[in-house]
Amino acid sequence: MAALLDKRLVFVTGKGGVGKSTVALALGLLAARRGLRTIVAEVAHQDRVARVFGRDDSHFREVELADDLYTISIDPQHAIEEYLRLQLPVKALADVLWSSRMFQYFAAATPGMSELVTIGKVWELAQLERRTRDAARYDLVIVDAPATGQGVATMRAPKTFADIARVGPIANQGRAIHAMITDPESTGVVAVALPEEMPVNETLSLRDSLRSELGLGLDRVVVNGVYEQRFSGRDATALRRASETAATPTARAAVRAALSAHLRARGQREQVARLAEGTGDAPVLLPFLFQGDLDLPAYERLSEQLEAEL
Amino acid sequence: MNVEEALDGKRICICGGSGGVGKTTTAAAIAMGVAAEGKKVAVVTIDPARRLANSLGLEELGNEPHLVDSKLFEAAGLPMKGELWAMMLDPKRTFDEVIEQLAPDEKTRDDVLGNRIYQQLSSAVAGSQEYTAIAKLYELDREHDFDLLVLDTPPSRNALDFLDAPDRLTQFFEGRALQVFLRPTGLAARVMGRGTGMVFGVLKRVTGVDLLQDLSVFFRAIGGMIDGFKERAVQVNKLLADPQTVFLLVTSPEREPIDEAIYFWRKLKAARMPFGGVIVNRVHHDLLGDAEPGDVAAELSGELGEKLAERVAENFRDYHVLAERDRRNIERLEAKLARPRVITIPYLDEDVHDIEGLTRIHRFLFATDEQRRDLLDAVVA
Repeated sequence: MAALLDKRLVFVTGKGGVGKSTVALALGLLAARRGLRTIVAEVAHQDRVARVFGRDDSHFREVELADDLYTISIDPQHAIEEYLRLQLPVKALADVLWSSRMFQYFAAATPGMSELVTIGKVWELAQLERRTRDAARYDLVIVDAPATGQGVATMRAPKTFADIARVGPIANQGRAIHAMITDPESTGVVAVALPEEMPVNETLSLRDSLRSELGLGLDRVVVNGVYEQRFSGRDATALRRASETAATPTARAAVRAALSAHLRARGQREQVARLAEGTGDAPVLLPFLFQGDLDLPAYERLSEQLEAEL
Repeated sequence: MNVEEALDGKRICICGGSGGVGKTTTAAAIAMGVAAEGKKVAVVTIDPARRLANSLGLEELGNEPHLVDSKLFEAAGLPMKGELWAMMLDPKRTFDEVIEQLAPDEKTRDDVLGNRIYQQLSSAVAGSQEYTAIAKLYELDREHDFDLLVLDTPPSRNALDFLDAPDRLTQFFEGRALQVFLRPTGLAARVMGRGTGMVFGVLKRVTGVDLLQDLSVFFRAIGGMIDGFKERAVQVNKLLADPQTVFLLVTSPEREPIDEAIYFWRKLKAARMPFGGVIVNRVHHDLLGDAEPGDVAAELSGELGEKLAERVAENFRDYHVLAERDRRNIERLEAKLARPRVITIPYLDEDVHDIEGLTRIHRFLFATDEQRRDLLDAVVA
């Protein structure tokens, strides 16, 4: 994992609902602790990272959350406007284009344009020489990427546009972005899964499509919400017996909950094994946290766990 | 309430909600339950788990529903009086079919299908799954004679994408975006001819000429289908708002999926779409009541030994934290909904991955409130 944090750009992706944002933030906390100037970029209008810190002003602004830890929420509308202004250094020209309805329609109507400008902004954040004025330089950009299928499509957008455009600025930049995100020296991909059938399947197919469409491998797979193994097979036998004999409903319920936890943990282990076999690598396991909503201390805990496992 | 009540007099049931909450299995269990009662039902799934897809015989290619062998249900203990048809949506193919139906002639069709911008649009772009799911629903409704269609929706992070998909496309075609490209002096003409306008000049500088050319070919070709698309979107909207259509929201009891469900419910209300209820999967029901986990350890230590009894109590304490969380979130959901219509399904020991698993949630979905309490007691005790 040391190698992972040596990269400049890390995409965190996975099926919807598996805790991508959680892992992205935990990874951000870890990188910042190691003294890397880190920004966690969100791309789905969520401002989730900022909210953990009680902030709500990360909308297309780079907001400092803690020492060496920043966040930004990227939306296509702002990204395209910024792109235009960078592209056309003469302010008057950019204004002409931006205020022309034709351009607005063009931008809204072109399929894939949002994906392209979003990834363009991510790339811009990761530049040693930032293109936006007065912008600071980051050692590491962590992208809380869209869910799997959409995630690969977003990462592929620069290449698609470069191919279609062939020559001109979009073609050149598309190629530059594509070169960076397909260079394993500078870009890493972390897949997040839950120890359940569907997320495991999706992780395996993500691995395949990353390879076939971008020539990239998965750097690490992180499994969220793993139960500790509290009860052995022998315990389970005793529990099954007790479920017949327990005198009060509460005791029966407790025994039932224990048996259920045993079965769940076993099912989870099977899925983790399937994942490990499919990827040829032992995934990083993060524990299930028995609490209501995750707060900053919980993210810190996960981040420490991540560090220990890496 | 139960699913049977929510579906009374309905012909179309759309299951919405965020990803990873069991939407596909819930949709399949609903369709199965109604079919078992003697109806002809089709379920359209977006991305089913492989084992579930296999158990329904969905592994075959094809973008059309096929009949699931009724013996499979009988083997799982559910007599099948009607027919369950199932299909897995192929978004790219569905989009191509829409183009084939709407293209005025072969040349236009081939121009669109062969265009690289279109290929990008139909396969990878946000919203194309949403659009094609609805397009398929519309087609099935028009061309088949199912008593009920159940649609599992794409795992949109943003519920809005799904509801707005048909409208957004219409706006796109009605909007000036296309007009700009299509009118005689529009962008397409300028790309093809000699562009002189200032905006065009600047645009060319930003994008490069080839990209503009591909775009204008795409817009011109698809421009010939504007009326078809518009007409279709009107029909689709009618279908979504039809009194015989119902939306069921599916969620899990964690904070974020519940937030999404509330958001989706507001959207439905604002768009005047018919809302049928919320199904909360994987609920940790309160098993502790007034008792203390410590009492449990004491009570069980004779039978299990002190150490194991203590671990059982500790596990129970953890379980109870989740039960508390689930209760709070479900209360919040019920408080927001003007008329609480919530079905809770307990967190079962195993994930659902076959027809037998479907019958386990099916029982909860179709039970009356009272039966559901009994079922829950049986699961718990």
